[in-house]
Amino acid sequence: MNQNEFVRLVNPFKDKVFRLAKRLLVSTEEAEDATQEVLVKLWNRNGTLAEFSSVEAFAMTMTKNYCLDQLKAKRSGNLKIVHTNYVDREAGLDKQMEDLDSLSWVEKIMDQLPVQQRLIIQMRDIEQYEFEEIAKILEMNESAIRVALSRARKTIRDNMTKTHNYGIS
Amino acid sequence: MELAKIEYLLDKYFQGETSIAEEKELRTYFSSSDVAQHLEQYKAIFGYFVAAKEQQLASQVPHLPTLGNKKRNVTWLSLAASVVVLLGIGTYAFRNYEASPSENLGTYDDPEEAFRATQKALSLLSNNVNVGIASVQYFQEYQTTKNMIFIDTRIQSVGL
Repeated sequence: MNQNEFVRLVNPFKDKVFRLAKRLLVSTEEAEDATQEVLVKLWNRNGTLAEFSSVEAFAMTMTKNYCLDQLKAKRSGNLKIVHTNYVDREAGLDKQMEDLDSLSWVEKIMDQLPVQQRLIIQMRDIEQYEFEEIAKILEMNESAIRVALSRARKTIRDNMTKTHNYGIS
Repeated sequence: MELAKIEYLLDKYFQGETSIAEEKELRTYFSSSDVAQHLEQYKAIFGYFVAAKEQQLASQVPHLPTLGNKKRNVTWLSLAASVVVLLGIGTYAFRNYEASPSENLGTYDDPEEAFRATQKALSLLSNNVNVGIASVQYFQEYQTTKNMIFIDTRIQSVGL
């Protein structure tokens, strides 16, 4: 496989890889680095790529693993970031209530979710993968995914309802 | 689309039981302009999901180092190098092997001539040996100096 063919193969899902990385790592730069890393790893696997039934699923699994490693590598630093996010949100609450930028609210709420739930929401509600595919990518069984998904959706709903009511009153 | 169905789907959605098609229905409903008042709050969630999918990798496919190919080249290169080295050693050994027995040492038929040649060779040898010995003479100098010092110190230590 030459470089052009590889790019053609990778193009349909490279944005998905990026979005998944961004969901987990939050920072755009880090997500770009992660995407690059995953693509290079895929490229190095060049010869054996044909063996995989779905290169996309394989790439998503790689992305997941890479990002989790990244998060583990600097867990303490990451906790700090989450904390400042939280503070930011509180501070912005009064100021930004008028324009009520709901979309970014959803994003902030999602960033507070546990990593596993973030992964699942990202793949199901944003990328619209079937449960079967998600199960393959995450190496989990489908019912566990449904449970986590339901939990994550409810968390988002509850937080949004809170925000929404707040906005109205 | 009737409201009851949407509410039913929403309920199912939060249980994690909806199919992709049903979720698409929800998305289209919430992206439309006439969302029921009491469902307004969900608009943002589905709106975000749609918006989030629009996000794209800013940089195009990053430059791919030709690592995969390079690795293969290195193996070939090392193979070629080892072949060259082996060949070099082989030819060297082969040549030496060939050369040594075929070397002509030379011989004389006439005994007088052989005698003179031998004498010449021996005198050459003795001359060269003498040159060697002459340079060894210097060491004698060291020896005497060493003896002088050691004997001196011995005398001194005895004196003390």
